Amino acid sequence: MEKVGIVGYGVYIPRYRIKVEEIAKVWGGNAEAIKRGLKIYEKAVPGIDEDTITISVEAARNALKMGKIDPKEIGAIYVGSESHPYAVKPTGTVVAEAIGATPELTVADYEFACKAGTAGIQTCMGLVSSDMIKYGLAIGADTAQGAPGDALEYTAAAGGAAYIIGKDSLIARIEATYSYTTDTPDFWRREGEPYPRHGGRFTGAPAYFKHIYNASKGLMEKLGAEPEDFDKVVFHQPNGKFPRVIAKRLGFTPEQVEEGIIVDRIGNTYSGSSLLGLAKLLDEASPGERILITSFGSGAGSDSFSIVVEEEIEKKRGLAPTVEDYISFKKYVDYATYAKFKGKIKV
Amino acid sequence: MKVAVLGVGLTKFGELWETSFTELFVEAGTKAIENANIDGKDIDAIFVGNMSGGRFIDQEHISSLIADYAGLTPIPSTRVEAACASGGLAIRHAIMGIESGFYDIVVVGGVEKMTDVLTERTTQILATAAEQEWEANLGMTFPGLYAMMARRHMHEYGTTREQLALVSVKNHRNAVNNPYAQFRFEITVEDVLNSTVVAEPLRLLDCSPITDGAACLVLASEKKAKEFVDNPVYIIGSGQASSTISLHGRENIAIMDATINAAKEAYKRAGIEAKQIEVAEVHDCFTIAEILAIEGLGFVKIGKGGKATEEGLTEIGGKIPVNTSGGLKAKGHPVGATGVAQAVEITLQLRGEAEKRQVNADIGLTHNVGGSGGTAVVHIFSK
Repeated sequence: MEKVGIVGYGVYIPRYRIKVEEIAKVWGGNAEAIKRGLKIYEKAVPGIDEDTITISVEAARNALKMGKIDPKEIGAIYVGSESHPYAVKPTGTVVAEAIGATPELTVADYEFACKAGTAGIQTCMGLVSSDMIKYGLAIGADTAQGAPGDALEYTAAAGGAAYIIGKDSLIARIEATYSYTTDTPDFWRREGEPYPRHGGRFTGAPAYFKHIYNASKGLMEKLGAEPEDFDKVVFHQPNGKFPRVIAKRLGFTPEQVEEGIIVDRIGNTYSGSSLLGLAKLLDEASPGERILITSFGSGAGSDSFSIVVEEEIEKKRGLAPTVEDYISFKKYVDYATYAKFKGKIKV
Repeated sequence: MKVAVLGVGLTKFGELWETSFTELFVEAGTKAIENANIDGKDIDAIFVGNMSGGRFIDQEHISSLIADYAGLTPIPSTRVEAACASGGLAIRHAIMGIESGFYDIVVVGGVEKMTDVLTERTTQILATAAEQEWEANLGMTFPGLYAMMARRHMHEYGTTREQLALVSVKNHRNAVNNPYAQFRFEITVEDVLNSTVVAEPLRLLDCSPITDGAACLVLASEKKAKEFVDNPVYIIGSGQASSTISLHGRENIAIMDATINAAKEAYKRAGIEAKQIEVAEVHDCFTIAEILAIEGLGFVKIGKGGKATEEGLTEIGGKIPVNTSGGLKAKGHPVGATGVAQAVEITLQLRGEAEKRQVNADIGLTHNVGGSGGTAVVHIFSK
């Protein structure tokens, strides 16, 4: 593959947090058992005026700060989310307008549960490497929905990440990508339904684990690489347990996977999840480091990428806020405030 | 009475996401027929235990489906239903068919595909084994019903929380050596006591799981059996009893009277006493259920089941090893298949084919319960 990679990236995580204890208190759950089982302690809550569009815009603006490109040179924007504010009318057009990329570009919204953001990166890679566009902007962002009282409510969070894909001034090169997709109905939400439904334990072995395993294996086979050939790995993080289990199953060490795990402090940001994990690694990565990232989207599929950090990262570091900056900038809310912010209280 | 077990077949038990209802019973059936070394043309009838194909997979008319997919049409096929005792009851109907002289060779299957629906739906479907009007419609679930029985047992007889946990610890230990079991790992008393509360005092590790699986037996008249095998395992006793479907109708909910009455009939038909039983598979859908079972079957006095479990009576190496397969708790509980799978385990034990979990026994027993004890079926096996 011709040299294609990341020109710049940006993230955004809402400021508000709710603790597992606060949710458990309302629904009679056992907070200690949930924290032990899911390995999650608090999650990010969008403010009352925040949605997938505002999160995408914030992340895109941060990506532009780092990428130092003229937004007019962006030829494509893809926003991956399962919480687009409109069923009909794109999120991407608002983002394009807000960052000054209009009107000479193509825009579309993607949906593939939690992996639509990485699907956007792959699309941009194709358009860039075929010279159809100079830069592409791929965003994964969500204000995830979890039904009140459902197990999902402890993890469904908000946040997003934006990646500018191009050929020059790369902070990281994308060596290869590999996808694994099947029709596996583990998690879904039909038109008009406010909250998704899921297949309980079916979301594990036949869905998350099978797809991430096969996508990661497929990528490594394509590259002729072994787990020890990567410095760090990041997987989709629906909770703190799953990425650790799959890392071990694939033959990665705890040291390789721990640094990219942020779900324990911000929850599952769905389309933002693996991309925020990658951003966390890039925030701290040295040139030459090799990173494997594999997303997972219910329904189901996984996109796996091998990424090599370039010298350019040292020049661009510090131009935009880091994942840790957003994680540490927080304010706790109680369940009532959270319910108001999330629109769970109908008036 | 004397009916021979010619062949046995079992599928792996577990969350078999990739295996359909039909694949399950075809696999178990094929294994049993091969194990019996008979041909399809030798079979006179099919009986199949299935609790709720209609609700789990939207499929009724299981009898025809099975004959069709097993390639056994036009052999008569009959579905038998008594909630979780469907499998045990199917065996009894096959026995009656043979003993009456109607049939010489009968295939008995049990099958359930439980993981195609969400857990909350499974809980609702299982609750149809309770009385809708007085129990299920008021929010009662099976863990809730057995929790009340456990509480009463603890109150009446001083059974302890730890004694309940020991049932689960033992059955998990046994399942480690059963290649067909769903949970092949050991747990400790602390694991049980620290697991999530389901219905106080029962916790997650007191409860049998949601399982897909199928089991199958080939039964034959004593005379016919001689044509195929010299020394088959025989079923020498069968008992069935009913009790009130709801707990509120029982005189004492810490006693399962259907078990007592079914056992009485089975012992009488077999001409033996409880103390002659050397190995048993009992219906431990919850840990308290195994304690109620060993008391109702007469292995120990009423109220002494917890203490006996603590003292190791029911362990492999104990006086009456109970649930050497891992039981419903650890082998898994595909409801309609359970009663037949119990018979498979006892047959393997009496044949000496139970490998690492083998015990020394000539006489064994199976005990299968429907609902909270509205139906109980007991069978006695002998070499």
